[in-house]
Order: sequence, then structure tokens, then C-alpha cells
Amino acid sequence: MLSAYLEVIRIRFLMMLAYRVNYYSGIVIYSLNIGVYYFLWMAIYGSNQSLQGLSAVQMATYISISWMARAFYFNNLDREIAQEIRDGTVAIQLIRPYHYLLVKVFQGFGEGIFRLLLFSIPGMVVVSLIFPIHLPDPGVVWLKFALSLLLGFIVNVEINLITGLLAFFVLNNQGLIRAKRVMVDLLSGLFIPISFYPEWAQIVLNYLPFQAISYLPSMVLVKGLGGTEFMHALMIQAAWCVLLCIPIQAIWRKARKILVVQGG
Amino acid sequence: MLAIDAKELTKEFKVYQSRPGLLGAFRDLLNRQYRTIRAVDGINIEIEAGEMVGYIGENGAGKSTTIKMLTGILQPTSGELKVNGFDPHKQREQFVKTIGVVFGQRSQLWWDIAVQESFRLLQKVYQIPDQEYKQHLGRMIEILEIEKLLDQPVRKLSLGQRMRCELAASLLHKPKLLFLDEPTIGLDVLVKENIRQFLREINKELGTTILLTTHDISDIEALCSRVIMLDKGKIIYDGSLTQLKKVWGGGRKVLLEMEKEISLDELQKRTADLSVHWESRSPRQYIAYLEQGDGVSDLLSRLVQDMPIMEMQIEEATTEEIVRKIYQEGIPVA
Repeated sequence: MLSAYLEVIRIRFLMMLAYRVNYYSGIVIYSLNIGVYYFLWMAIYGSNQSLQGLSAVQMATYISISWMARAFYFNNLDREIAQEIRDGTVAIQLIRPYHYLLVKVFQGFGEGIFRLLLFSIPGMVVVSLIFPIHLPDPGVVWLKFALSLLLGFIVNVEINLITGLLAFFVLNNQGLIRAKRVMVDLLSGLFIPISFYPEWAQIVLNYLPFQAISYLPSMVLVKGLGGTEFMHALMIQAAWCVLLCIPIQAIWRKARKILVVQGG
Repeated sequence: MLAIDAKELTKEFKVYQSRPGLLGAFRDLLNRQYRTIRAVDGINIEIEAGEMVGYIGENGAGKSTTIKMLTGILQPTSGELKVNGFDPHKQREQFVKTIGVVFGQRSQLWWDIAVQESFRLLQKVYQIPDQEYKQHLGRMIEILEIEKLLDQPVRKLSLGQRMRCELAASLLHKPKLLFLDEPTIGLDVLVKENIRQFLREINKELGTTILLTTHDISDIEALCSRVIMLDKGKIIYDGSLTQLKKVWGGGRKVLLEMEKEISLDELQKRTADLSVHWESRSPRQYIAYLEQGDGVSDLLSRLVQDMPIMEMQIEEATTEEIVRKIYQEGIPVA
């Protein structure tokens, strides 16, 4: 059965290749974003060497890393699922001997791998030439980062699944999807590292799954978290991966019961 | 073992009713009113393995809903259902390996990639051994004439081309039971014939049970010996096509054109003891409606002796006419 899921990854890879223009425009958008946030943050730093425990160089690294990581974990699975539910193609998915949601996860993974290889890695090389960032030398820290990034991907996918599946209950969840996207970008620490939030907000965010998507993986690399700090970050991520499975299962079960296939 | 065994199968939908007007819309926000619709109402279906069965009914009669229950997509509200020995909804992942489905109006192939990539993915999904896959696919490619389409993305195919690929896709894993939901919708005569021929061969060679829903009665005539007719969620006919014709399409229509003018009275007088109903188009053209199909010779023997008939045509009601009549007038539950 695993070979079927691997095939799903391959197919998604092919589909991404079929839509190359999307990919090129993505490169431009991400470069612009990194540029904008870099200059914004440098203006905020001014003559300060360090803010909230992050030096200016670390901040620049944080920005580039978290945007390039976003290219990997970000996907539109929620919109795809909602679309398939609305137009009824989910029916076709249900006559296949696989788990619909698992296939979606692997599709997202295929998309992520595509962007990681053809987008993030070359993009990172270019960015490191333009901006004064400091990336750690090849070594264990990159492995730790990869592991943490993968967990971040899973948490993000799980949140997407939940948002997408809500289309079973409210047939138009476009607004919800958009709200979720902004929330993830803001609360995951992509725009502003979590350490920059006010005390009370940090406490709240510590109890939400969003930090596991972007903030924790980026910090693992930028600060080179080691030992207990790293384990702590990883535990938080892993815990959310497991916890979020519960609402997904519940919603999926309920959804399959009330499924009304649209259009005939 | 029966391929399909449904007892008192029922599906109800809750649809919410919106109140009219702006005020109504506000009230809907706070308090929605629901209405229950019975799309499928306690139907019993038994289909033997290897049968080819036509499943017909008007739009909204509940055909698609039934198919969706039989394929495990929808959960029945009540009733018992066993398809290929499985409970389609509860044992979905095992069950769907034994069926193939073609929805005429939806594609099951991946839109943006070449047809053969879709096939390969399906091979992996259904875990078909390479050898078997190549052999079976090769055979289907040959009959369906899709060799040249394999490396094209699905979105570039015409409807007829796509439908042939869909059929191949649905049969890759040699399912025991094939559901076809309007497979020939919008296709030209040649493609239709090609597809029918293919289905007949598959049925004969692999013994595939086929359940076909369609609005094109000629599909049913070409393929199915048995037809199940659904109306407002209930089965109103289940039996052979010939029986359907005999019972509801028994009458014949005889068109007569005389050499000279003859009055309607005259004709009625001569055939008074036959169950025939006359209609006049012009003083020389008449139509005789016979209730029984075997009354034609009786009718003619009364007329030909001293009535010069110039032209004559005997028409039998087509299945399509019979079905239309049943849709319009309904029939007492068989």
C-alpha cells in the first residue's frame, strides 16, 4: 500500500511540473517577501545589536529560513478538499481503496518536496548571497532542523485538513480558509517571531499549535537549539501532531455520515 | 452469492427550506427549518453475478442516490445492504477493491497529467501485479482503441476519448461488479457502439456484473436483459425488457392510406367487434390503434376485400415510447 502513496507523491510532482508558471511566480513572491521583511526588521533594529535575544544577523536568517520553510510546509489542501466536497468529486475519491485524507497528506508532501528541491534550496543560495545571513555549517543541526520542519509540516497539514473538512458542514468555507491562512502566518511566528509578542500573548500562543509550524523549526536552526531545549521543542511539535489527529478523525467520521454529494 | 442484495433500502436527506424575502433570510439565520426528503424509499434489489441490469427512472427519481449507496459513498438511512458480500459503507476500503465505477459526468482520471500516469497510479492503488496489469491493459487498449491517447493529458481529450479511458480505468483491477452512471451521455453513435461492444465482451469474458443507469433507452436495449425502473424513490418495475414491452407496449399502430375517400363511420362499422380505435387524419388517411399486438391480421382481413388500400404501415411502440408513457402516466405498482 505504501507504493500507492509514494505514487501519489510522484503524481503531484508531475502536476506541479505541469504548472510551471505558478512555480516561477512563487519564486518572485517569496523573494519580495523576504526582501520586504528584511528591510522592515533592519529598520526596527536600527542601531540595536540585539532585540529579544535575537541579533540582527540572526533576525535576517530567521526571516529567510522561515519563508523558505513556508514554501515547504505551505499547501492549499484545505481549499482543495473544500472544492472537492463542493463539486462532489470527493465521491470519486471514496470509491478508491485508500484513505482519502492520507492521500491528501501525501499530495501535500509531494508538493512540499517539489518546492523544497526546486525552490527553497536554490532560493536559499541566492538569498545568502544578497543578504548578510548566517547559516550553520553542515552538520547535526541541519538534521535536527529537517526533523523539526517535517513535524511542522504535519501540524500545518492537520490544521488544513480540519479547515477543509469543515466544508462538509458549512458548504462555503472560503472565508474560514482565508482567516486560517492569515492566522497561521501571524501566529506561527512567520511575520513576527513569537519572542517579540507581549508576555500575555506568548503565554496564549504557547498553548496553540501554530508555533509548532514555523517558529520552533526556525529557532532550531537560527539559534542552534541543542539538548533539552531541542527535545522540548520537538516534544511540543510531536504532541500537537498526535493531538490534532483526534478532531480530524471525529470530523471525518461525522462527515462521512452526513455526506451529501452535490450535483446529482 | 448475489452480487447485490438490498432489502428495504432507504435514504433520507434533510434539506433546509429557506423562507422567502430578506426578513425570511434573517429568520433563517436564527432558526432553520428542515424538511426530510425520501430519495430512496424502501427498495428491494437482488442481482445475480454476471447479470447486466439497466436501472432507469426520471431525473430525481433516486437513481444516483441508490448508486451512491451501493458503492459505499453514502450511508443508507435504513435497510440492509450487501454488495459482493460486503457492507459497502462500513467495509469501504476492502469493498471498493471489488467494484469499478464510471460516472459519466465526473472524471476519475487526473485532469492535468497523461492518461497512462493515471493508469499507473491506479495499478499501485489496486496493487495489480505488473504482468497481469500489462496484459489486461493491453487488451483494453486494443478494444477501446486508446493507444494514441495514453500520453495526452486528460483535459485535452474529447468527451468520447475520455469516456473510453474512464472505462479502461474502472476495469483495470478486473472488478466483479461494474457501476455505470450514464456512461454514454453526450457521445456520438460510433463511440456508443464501441463502448457497448466492449461492455458485452467484458461481461462475457470476465463475467462482470454490470449495473447501468442511463436516460438513453437504446443503451438498455443493446445491453440489458433486465431492467429496474424507479419512480419517486420506489421500484415500479423489475423484470425483463421483453416483458415490459409486452405488458405496456402491447398495442400496435396501423397507418392506412386509402385510394379514395372513406368515412370514419364506415370503418368503425366494419371493425366494430375488434378492440380498435380509429383516428382520422384526412378523409383518406386513417390510423388504427390496436390494443393487442396480434389483432393486425384480423383488422386487415376486414378491410382489404373491398377497400382499396394504397399504403400501409404497422408500427410497434418503441421502448422509449413505453418508458415515456410510464413516466408520464405512471403504472400501478407491479
